[in-house]
Amino acid sequence: MSKPRNYQSEAIIIKKTKLGEADRILTLYTPHLGKIQAVAKGVRRPRSKLAGHLELLTHSQVSFARGRNLDTITGSQTINSFLPLKSDLQLTSYALYTTELVNQFTADHIENHPLFQLLLDTMHRLCQGSDNELVLRYFELQLLNQVGYRPQLHQCVSCRSRLEPTTNSFCPSAGGMLCPSCRQSQPLTYPLSVNGLKVLRLLQNSDYYTASRLRLTPELSRELEGVMRDYTRYLLEREVKSATWLDTLSRFAPNPNI
Amino acid sequence: MNQSFTSTAEAINMLIQELSKLPGIGPKSAQRLTYYLLRAPEEQTRLLAEAILSVKQRTKLCSICFNVTESDPCLICRSDQRNRNKICIVEQPQDILALEHTNIYNGLYHVLHGAISPTEGVVANDIRIKEFMSRLQSSSVDEVILATNPNLEGEQTAMYLNKLISPLGIRVTRLARGLPFGTELEYADDVTLTRAIEGRQEF
Repeated sequence: MSKPRNYQSEAIIIKKTKLGEADRILTLYTPHLGKIQAVAKGVRRPRSKLAGHLELLTHSQVSFARGRNLDTITGSQTINSFLPLKSDLQLTSYALYTTELVNQFTADHIENHPLFQLLLDTMHRLCQGSDNELVLRYFELQLLNQVGYRPQLHQCVSCRSRLEPTTNSFCPSAGGMLCPSCRQSQPLTYPLSVNGLKVLRLLQNSDYYTASRLRLTPELSRELEGVMRDYTRYLLEREVKSATWLDTLSRFAPNPNI
Repeated sequence: MNQSFTSTAEAINMLIQELSKLPGIGPKSAQRLTYYLLRAPEEQTRLLAEAILSVKQRTKLCSICFNVTESDPCLICRSDQRNRNKICIVEQPQDILALEHTNIYNGLYHVLHGAISPTEGVVANDIRIKEFMSRLQSSSVDEVILATNPNLEGEQTAMYLNKLISPLGIRVTRLARGLPFGTELEYADDVTLTRAIEGRQEF
């Protein structure tokens, strides 16, 4: 069966790189085609009709023409430009972090509709201004569910016994929790408090409505951020660049309400 | 380089190879340029070669505004015709050329040499923000104009700079974002239109 020459899809623009004088290569995440790359011609010219509809963190309806190597974008209409998100430094950075994770954890042309929905929902949630750290943690755990790195949080990954309500350890290389007695055999583990573990389990297994009713203390929030950061860094075998930037911002403004 | 045929003259091959390293020039264009230069008058090729060399040798960055210049401080920073109380922040030296072409701005500039782009790993310390902040300390500036590009990276950079500068009690302004001249409303995107309506002015 031959593929049609032109096709359309919803997409969220998750990455862009410059190409030539006025073009860009965009990475788009779509509901049915997974992650795709396409050339957007002329979008760096000020009078480009497409440019505004193809900016990062935009949800658009995009039409493509099949090319020999990369497909070319022939049209684009914004569905949601997430303006509140783009007018706030912190929120833009959060959203860039989510798109970077999606980009890093996915391969081209692999359909993952739930992941698309998760990314879209996360961007809506960031716009709504709830507890953004919680939105990110929920996103991270659900992303790991979707891409096959769901951490084992209910039993010790080494001895399979149920975890006692005490400070257990999270081990990135084992992909889950270790009980205190198994912890010694693993070189890199991070202690995780009882409450921290409970929150992670809840985020992993419940819908967002239930999860959003959680209230995290700053200490708990930091603890979970650290654990998730270490786990994603281990899985990707590299630093998540936008996470480093988030650190800079949080050092810079410890209280975002000022 | 993926070249199917190579000339018998080594000098030609060398030039083709060097030219094809330039942006937007593939092996075929490089070949065409090389044979053009081969037939061109010697004077022309000499001028080209000298121009290429001097662009590296004679230029440096202005120690105040980081624009490309031959003399430090640059002509704009030295000029006594210009308003020293305004600084316009741009991403790259080419942006100064575009702004100067309008003949409407008479203040000073500051070139960041990039924009914050977390996913590319470009953060505040990689561009000339620190230099700008120390420049602010030692001068009497009453307005900073943020003229970074109106795309996601430029906006982020502008918001970050605003956070740094506004606590100092200095007026921070941003270039208006609206519809470009000579275009059609029909094709404008939501962000541009929203900003254009918000920023509408008495006619």
